[in-house]
Amino acid sequence: MKTLVPLLLPLMFLLSCGGKPPGEGKAPAEGKLINGAGATFPYPVYSKWFDEYHKLHPNVRINYQSIGSGGGIRQLQAGTVDFGASDSPMNDEQIAKSATPPLHFPTVIGAVVPVYNLPGVTGDLRFTPEALAGIYLGTVKKWNDRQIASANAGVKLPATGIIVIHRSDGSGTTFVWTDYLAKVSQSWAAKVGSGTSVNWPVGLGAKGNEGVAGLVKQTPGSIGYVELVYAVQNQIPFAAVRNQAGEFVKAGLDSVTAAAASAVMPDDFRVSITNPPGKGAYPISSFTWLIIPSAIPDPEKRSALTGFLQWMLTDGQPVAKTLGYAPLPPAVVSMELKAISQIR
Amino acid sequence: MAAAATSRVQLFRRRLQAGDEAAHLLTLLFGVSILLITVLLVWELWVNSALPRQKFGLGFLFGRVWDPVAEQFGALPFIYGTVVTSAVALLIAVPFGLGAAIFLAELAPARISSALTFVVELLAAVPSVIFGLLGVFILVPFLRTTVQPALQSTLGYLPIFRGPVLGVGLLAAGVVLAIMIVPFIVSISREALLAVPAEQREAALALGATRWEATRQVVVPYARLGIFGSVLLALARALGETMAVTMVIGNDPRISASLLAPGYSIAAVIANEFTEASSEMHVQALIELGLVLFLLTILLNGVARLLILGMGRQGGRP
Repeated sequence: MKTLVPLLLPLMFLLSCGGKPPGEGKAPAEGKLINGAGATFPYPVYSKWFDEYHKLHPNVRINYQSIGSGGGIRQLQAGTVDFGASDSPMNDEQIAKSATPPLHFPTVIGAVVPVYNLPGVTGDLRFTPEALAGIYLGTVKKWNDRQIASANAGVKLPATGIIVIHRSDGSGTTFVWTDYLAKVSQSWAAKVGSGTSVNWPVGLGAKGNEGVAGLVKQTPGSIGYVELVYAVQNQIPFAAVRNQAGEFVKAGLDSVTAAAASAVMPDDFRVSITNPPGKGAYPISSFTWLIIPSAIPDPEKRSALTGFLQWMLTDGQPVAKTLGYAPLPPAVVSMELKAISQIR
Repeated sequence: MAAAATSRVQLFRRRLQAGDEAAHLLTLLFGVSILLITVLLVWELWVNSALPRQKFGLGFLFGRVWDPVAEQFGALPFIYGTVVTSAVALLIAVPFGLGAAIFLAELAPARISSALTFVVELLAAVPSVIFGLLGVFILVPFLRTTVQPALQSTLGYLPIFRGPVLGVGLLAAGVVLAIMIVPFIVSISREALLAVPAEQREAALALGATRWEATRQVVVPYARLGIFGSVLLALARALGETMAVTMVIGNDPRISASLLAPGYSIAAVIANEFTEASSEMHVQALIELGLVLFLLTILLNGVARLLILGMGRQGGRP
């Protein structure tokens, strides 16, 4: 019995994760304390935003726990947080299960880039959608496969095996990556599908962007995928991907914003922008969303949240750019500003 | 009636003041709370895994597919990975740990013994993520470039050393776990060896045994309960270890005979997928995995305890 106790504690911690977030029920020292939880990918820009907004409006304090998109959605459904945040929009079933119908507000755009480790290959590789899907399905097994070589004329590709590396932890990055592969490859859509965790046909799993980047760096002949912000901040070279318009595009703030601009935005903002039709658009990008209940009974909290949304969509966007996140296209911003009035 | 109650209360208060009753109640409370926490935990795991239990039944334990998108969940690859990595860890750590404990308790000069013991106990306090980092940056590249090619060129005909050389995998996880659990085995086994009465040693020596014979034939058998206890504690730690394992195991839910292949453990998949699991079925399947890990631990502990009982009957002390 005694020997079990160290084993139990982590499990108990996991179970308790569904409970109240810290700070709930505590009287705020000053003004209103607003609690949110969710996605880890936008956490750096969110914490910066909440901090800056608190400086401008000292009576509003926003506490954000980056516990992951799934956890954020669950806590929002249970009503233990005032708002959630997610890298993938809630599906109809999840919305139906929420006590209050939630509204989605895109905040910034992220992109996922392929990274690789091929000793002796200098210069950037270029991937077609078919090559990426083939590699991750396990049908493209060697680096000098015709699917890869055809897009990389002049690059001497070795005849070695490809070691596929993917995320082991459930993540929005995986969702965007698999969402893209499912759109460009029918066999991917049929065999694997898209999600924050999927049943990978091949490959090794590594935890977090840092885990994937680290394993790729260590393993000659490997390929992986990481978030654009992570690759840029750590100066990891990444490959260009062919978009629907037929151009090979490298991810960057402009090509990612272009992807968002070329998508047809529905009224509820729940849209996937992978594989967009536009010229110059990077094909593996996605919005990340703040998810806010459509009815907030507490007038103070409501005005604090709507005030923050206003600020985030206008003055907040340049802040995102300095941290490496692609800002929203102007058309989306004006749509969102109108949608704020839906919060009652 | 009232008088009898009063006198009973007075009696109770007197005993309470004497300290006996207070100590009894307090320690009873602590003892019961351990049981309560365990029961509560199993209950929570059981209740919160209703969906997959209904959908898959016992098939959950034998399913080989883990597909969150199609909501197909089977635990077998994770059970396999957990058991194999723990077994590899014990296979490496028990001889090492026991050898070190014998040296520290029986053979080393007192000063060296106490210094080394201090270092061992320090090692036991290192957080597991540190071992994971060392595993990723030092052990895995070393395994990939040196150990695994050597294993393949000498023992490659064995199925357990076949397949591509990746560095990460079941072997890497087993080795990292072994390093993590050695301090437990050393520390507790050493205590058990030191607790062997001096008369036992002296008697053996007086009968003409050499120092090593006395150690091997008298001291170690005498201390074997404590030594087994240390192995059990080490096994429990290995089964439940999460962070260090997930960093080096390769996180691929497949069952392969080769130790060089990637695998996945129960604790690792729970930690990896729980935060981002969005469907209720996925969350509950992960919770059911927690239940499976719990039962697996109880089962392995039970088997080990039976082994000890069996050894106790073979005579000798205690």
